[in-house]
Order: sequence, then structure tokens, then C-alpha cells
Amino acid sequence: MKFKNIINDLKKYFLIEIFKGLFLTFKYLFKKKVTINYPYEKGKLSPRFRGEHALRRYPNGEERCIACKLCEAICPAQAIKIEAEPREDGSRRTTRYDIDMTKCIYCGFCAEACPVDAIVEGPNFEFATETREELFYDKEKLLANGDRWEEQIALAQKIDSPYK
Amino acid sequence: MTDTKIKPITMNFGPQHPAAHGVLRLVMEMDGEIITRADPHIGLLHRGTEKLIENKTYVQALPYFDRLDYVSPMNQEHAYALAIEKLLNVNVPLRGQYIRVLFCEIGRILNHILNITTFAIDVGAMTPLLWGFEEREKLMEFYERVSGARLHASYIRPGGVHQDLPDGLLEDIGLWADQFHGFIDDVETLLTENRIFKQRTVGIGKVSRDEALSLGFSGPCLRASGVKWDLRKSQPYEVYDKLDFDIPVGKTGDCYARYLVRMEEMRQSLKLIKQVINEIPNGDYITEDKKIAPPKRSEMKGSMEALIHHFKLYTEGFRPPKGRTYTCVEAPKGEFGVILESDGSNKPYRCKIRAPGFYFLSSLDYMSKGHMLADSVAIIGSLDIVFGEIDR
Repeated sequence: MKFKNIINDLKKYFLIEIFKGLFLTFKYLFKKKVTINYPYEKGKLSPRFRGEHALRRYPNGEERCIACKLCEAICPAQAIKIEAEPREDGSRRTTRYDIDMTKCIYCGFCAEACPVDAIVEGPNFEFATETREELFYDKEKLLANGDRWEEQIALAQKIDSPYK
Repeated sequence: MTDTKIKPITMNFGPQHPAAHGVLRLVMEMDGEIITRADPHIGLLHRGTEKLIENKTYVQALPYFDRLDYVSPMNQEHAYALAIEKLLNVNVPLRGQYIRVLFCEIGRILNHILNITTFAIDVGAMTPLLWGFEEREKLMEFYERVSGARLHASYIRPGGVHQDLPDGLLEDIGLWADQFHGFIDDVETLLTENRIFKQRTVGIGKVSRDEALSLGFSGPCLRASGVKWDLRKSQPYEVYDKLDFDIPVGKTGDCYARYLVRMEEMRQSLKLIKQVINEIPNGDYITEDKKIAPPKRSEMKGSMEALIHHFKLYTEGFRPPKGRTYTCVEAPKGEFGVILESDGSNKPYRCKIRAPGFYFLSSLDYMSKGHMLADSVAIIGSLDIVFGEIDR
């Protein structure tokens, strides 16, 4: 017992645990860096990633959305607003499809609910804007997103489809 | 010389104080540098979650639970999903249960990493935080691969989990689990024996066994006071009764004991994760009952019946029978409970959330009385407070 006390006192006196800690942090200096140079390098995203919304089109250019309003119904934040009317050719399409991105909570329920894979949450997470108004997305903006990201979205959907 | 009485100084700590772990406003009465009264003011992050949930269908309310304790989101969802399952009286397939346990334990590690490292930075140790966030990043990547979001997963659904594990994820979690004990050892080297850390934590914020029970403590804080109580053991849910793990129990009930308990809990969680990876069976991950869980997409696009189920679930949701339940899980912070009352409609009639942090915070006055001002920071750090769940 006494011997143990002496050892402990010596350990305390010579700052053993402090030097151990310092040595450990010093070893970390030579470890491989894990940081990435963000705007130029980006982390890997999984095909399930839920980022900025996009409205997709069929390969022939026809928009997928049929205005069933399931996404509007399920949206917990009530961020989606849809108005619909039959088009001249008789098909049912939206006349208005707005998403308030400031309300959206990115839960992905809209994409889950969509029976025709029209509204999806794409891989883009860099859509910060300078004004609030720019985040009130309308149909035009969402379709443009769809055109811009279609390749990645289609790939992600293809990879993830066995799990859906 | 006559005794002079000095007027106690009232001091305001927070709401924007980095050591307050969120928006805590703490009004403290000080006698010199000794705290005579600590009065936490809460509500700065109040969002009315409980009331909002009354106006959502059962599934729509799920994302709100991610946002309660945003440090370990899936554990909250889990409690809610279990409550709904109790109301609906459905069983979760075995694979779904294993996946839930896997991600709840990952959530526990996520939470303890953040708590221990921020606790360390509160009392003056910077390095663990930097290492800890690297590990958290890896874990959040697993979250992202399985659910699509790094934090607000909305992955655990009534009846199971949303999607099956993607290929290769279990192997990657296994690889991560093999190296993670190195991180725990490294943090222990830096903190456990460190004299500065011990001086700041040993004997600070002591809560005796009886006091801890009467103050409504749960989780690591209760166990640090020497009560062997863990809901995973005492009323096992999911597959916890099939898995082998120990409950670490502290002796002294001070900040240091709470730190040690959390450290050991991380090791136990790691053990659980390894067991889950070895034992996880194949099969369904969500209930077959199409009145509760939506059909698969391929099915929905081919079969009229499935499409009707899909539409029904995403517009109206399901209607649990009349009844009330209190369901609790061992969340990383303690007992997280949900009281859910159904009036037979598709929306909960009432939802009350029992957040463990609330009870810790209300005992802050008891714990910090008689300590120095700087110790209050250590106490708050060791209690593991997150305002998302306290203010709700």
C-alpha cells in the first residue's frame, strides 16, 4: 500500500499523465489528414441523400408531375402549394408548383409519396441565396433544377431502386 | 472590526454563452464567487412541438422527434415509433429490430462523443473535441447512407425502418467499430488521469443515490450516482434482451463519475454494435401490414391495391384504436418517454414528451449551490443538456 502511494506521488511529481497526453497529441501530428479542401473537394454523398428539390421530366421532355397532390398532403411543414388544371390536350398538369424552401424540413416525404418519381430531393446541397425571396421556389425553378441535375438524380434512383 | 454584509450579486449566464450548451439563461445569485442560487430560465427554443404534433398525422409528426434532441435523433424517433406500435399493436420484423438497435447505439455513441468532448472543452481541454468530431463525422456518414440525412433522419418508422440497409454498410460499420476503441483509449489517456480535468470535476456537482432518485434523474447521470437502472435491461424493448452488454455504474455521483460512466457506455455500445453486425438476420425490415407501412415502390406502380394503400397512407395515414400509452426508451441522455393518446382519428389527440434533460436542468440549483462560478460550467457540461428536447 505504502509502496503504491510512493509510486503515485512520483507519478504526480513528474507530471507523467501530462507528458503521456502531450506525447499522444504529438503522435497525431503525423497521422494522415482527414480534412478536405471543401469548395474544391467534396465528401461522398449516398444515393439516398436528401438535398435540394427538383421536378423531373420524362426522357421525351414531358413533365412527370400529374398534380395528384400527395406531396402537398404529406408535407409536415406545409411547404408545398400546388394548383392544377387540365391542359389543352386534356392531360392533368400543374399550373403552379411552389415549394417554400425556408419552411421545408428535408424529410423526404414528398419524394416518397410521389407515385411518378416527379418530385425528388436531389444531391445538391449548395443552394444558399442572398435573399429570402430566392428560396421561394416556383415550378419553373424546380423544373430547371430537374434538368440540371437529371443525370445524377437518375443514377441515384437507379442505385437505390432495389431498396425502395 | 465589524462584520460587513455584502449584497449578493445577481449574475446572468447566457442565453448566448458557449458553455451553456444552447440557449440556457441561468440567473445566478452569487456570494462573492460562491453560487447561492441558480435559476435556469428555459423556453428560448420553444417551438410548440407537442401541440404541432396534435395537428399532424402520425407519420408526419415523426420528423419533429429528430429535432428534439438533435444530437442523437434516431433514439427519439425510436420512442415515438414504439409508442405508435403499442397503440396499433403491430410487431416489428426481427431484422427491423436489429437495424433499430444498431442505429440507436450509433446514436448513443454520437451523443456521448459530443457530450464528453464538449464537457472537456468547457473545463479546458481542446483536443478531444477535434478528434471527437472526426468520429462523429464518420457516424453521421452512416446515418446519411441509410436515411439520406446526416442528422434529421426520419428513418425509424412505425412498423420498422424506412429502407433496408444498403449494400456494404454493415461491413463499413464493422470496420469503423474495429478502430473506434482506439479513439476511446486516446480520449481516456488525455482526460481520465489528467490533473486539470480531475481538479475541475472530482467532487463537483455531487448527487447522492437518494437525491438522484428523488430529483427524477435517469440515464448516465442516475447510474453515476450508483443506481443500477437501465431501461434496456429493466424493461427490454426490441432485441436488447438477446444481446449481451453491461451497465456501468458509478460510485461518487459527481461530474467525474458521470464522465466515466459515459466512457464505459461507449464501449458497451460498441460491443452491442459488433453483436448486431454478427447476428443480424435477413428478412423484412418493416411490417407487412399495408395499412401501416406503405408498399414497395415497384409494387405500388404495378398493383392497383398497393396504389390505393399508398394513397391512403400518404393522405390520411392510419387510425390507431382509442387508447393511451406511455412508452419510454433508454435514450443516451436518460429515459425519453412519449405519452401518446389516440382518440381513434388519424392524428394524435395528445402527445406529451418526457425529456430527460428537463429533470437534470431543474436540479441545477441543488447541484451548483455552494460551488464556485466556474464549477457551474462543469456541472452543466456533465449533465448533457440539449435544449431542443428541454424546450421542445
